[in-house]
Amino acid sequence: MTNEDIKNLILEIIKDIDDEADFESHDPDKALREQLELDSMDFLDIVMELRKRHKLQIPEEDYPHLATLNSCVRYLQPLLKDA
Amino acid sequence: MPVPFALLAEHYDVIVVGSGLGGLTTANRLAYCGHKVLLLEYHHRLGGLATWFKRRGHIFDISLHGFPYGMLKTCKKYWNNAIMSSIVQLKNIVFDNPQFSLRTTFDKEDFTRLLQSHFKISGKTIERFFMAVAGMNFYDDQTMTTRELFNNFFPGRSDVHRLLMEPITYANGSTLDDPAITYGIVFSNFMNKGVYTFEGGTDRLIGLMTEELEKNGVTICTNSKVDKIIIEKGRVRGVEVFGKTITAKAVVSNSGITNTIKNLTDREAYSDGFLEKADKIRVNTSSCQVYFGIREMETINDVGDLLFTSSAPEFDSDELLDKYSHSKTFSLYYPKTRPDQNRYTVVASMNSRYEDWAHLDESNYQNEKQLLIDRTLADLERYLPGVKGKIDWMEAATPRTFNSYTLHTKGTSFGTKFEGLNISRSIFKEIAGLFHVGSVGIIMSGWLGAINYGVIVSNDVDSFLRS
Repeated sequence: MTNEDIKNLILEIIKDIDDEADFESHDPDKALREQLELDSMDFLDIVMELRKRHKLQIPEEDYPHLATLNSCVRYLQPLLKDA
Repeated sequence: MPVPFALLAEHYDVIVVGSGLGGLTTANRLAYCGHKVLLLEYHHRLGGLATWFKRRGHIFDISLHGFPYGMLKTCKKYWNNAIMSSIVQLKNIVFDNPQFSLRTTFDKEDFTRLLQSHFKISGKTIERFFMAVAGMNFYDDQTMTTRELFNNFFPGRSDVHRLLMEPITYANGSTLDDPAITYGIVFSNFMNKGVYTFEGGTDRLIGLMTEELEKNGVTICTNSKVDKIIIEKGRVRGVEVFGKTITAKAVVSNSGITNTIKNLTDREAYSDGFLEKADKIRVNTSSCQVYFGIREMETINDVGDLLFTSSAPEFDSDELLDKYSHSKTFSLYYPKTRPDQNRYTVVASMNSRYEDWAHLDESNYQNEKQLLIDRTLADLERYLPGVKGKIDWMEAATPRTFNSYTLHTKGTSFGTKFEGLNISRSIFKEIAGLFHVGSVGIIMSGWLGAINYGVIVSNDVDSFLRS
């Protein structure tokens, strides 16, 4: 997967969680939590969806890596490079 | 439709033991993720304490009293749109006690108004209080009690303490001496946008959930009491029901954490350190309820949706639990609850101790139940004068009733105190493949807490099954 693919994957998952999510003025370096009003349950959904789609096991201590769109890409890039 | 026991397979990916809202949600999520799920329930209907019963054309809801706004998002994400879109607001929450009588929508905006105008608290203090409770997390320091929290912000103001505490005591069974975070998290959830209910009643909710479970492929089997969760060499192997073994890679117990450890599993399977902590889990208190059915064609006035009433001079956690307590809530169900039925019912709820009811002989027990009905009816008459002549069904439930239907330790209707959370969250580290979901730690209780906890546990189970 390219960085762009990973970015789209995350956005697609968020769109599934919240069909009203607005990415229009989204800043990829700012926290997803504030910009999209995601709560801790939403992050759990992202983790579960990544496991379902790509068999990724993300341990709880790594959840902070999912804070922004760009940090997601940095964290997932090595894990998804062959996907 | 539930599947007859004789037709069950010999093996599943996951077996969920018990069908409270936590068990139902775990089963649903895991099936949605593609696992083969069996849901076993001892009672003839699903829902656990999210239940109802019928008498003379009345439908009585046991635990549909009001939940926070967060339920909409949770139901949309983890159940479906039909369930979410039946959630409606209850706008008339009433307090009536010797210190104050008022009506509120029970949200931050209205509480700020009341605290300022009625209780003369400064705007700055109110703002600081709301910020303090909104910032609480379950992993925060637990040494501060709710009593200390109130004394910090509103010293000597027993009336304010009552306004803030009474509803939460009925919502999650917590007292002034429990950790402040168990108060703050639940209170903040309600303050978000007020109190909500499910249009159509509990029976409709569980019906819609059952349809969703079946759509996702969950095998449902009721009237089947699990006698044992089988553990071999530190690993779950399956369950024993009616003498038959059904195997599974994982078992999720929704049967109470104390039940799970003390009655469903072999103590020898656990380490000494774990048992030492597990044996210290305190269960929360139970409840008494009195159900009133208004005769068909009769009507009652709209006096509010949820009434927190008390004739005790001040709020006192012990007074509230007393067998002869002067404090109770009334949940009023007008025809809007079930729009297809033109009926009115009233359910009175009190927090109660199992010990006060457990050892009465049959005639004393029946007698005490009748006295409870009489006292409650006299209180209801204060809000609905003449209601006695309109009632055609009255019945009481006690901690014994709760125990017999749910099998919960001491009939607890609010799960466990705070320490139960850690044991529930770590049981799978003790025994591979064994998980627990259910009301623990005060914060994971109530309808919203139970469903969200079901999602959290599903994530653990899914991770285990895919590893």
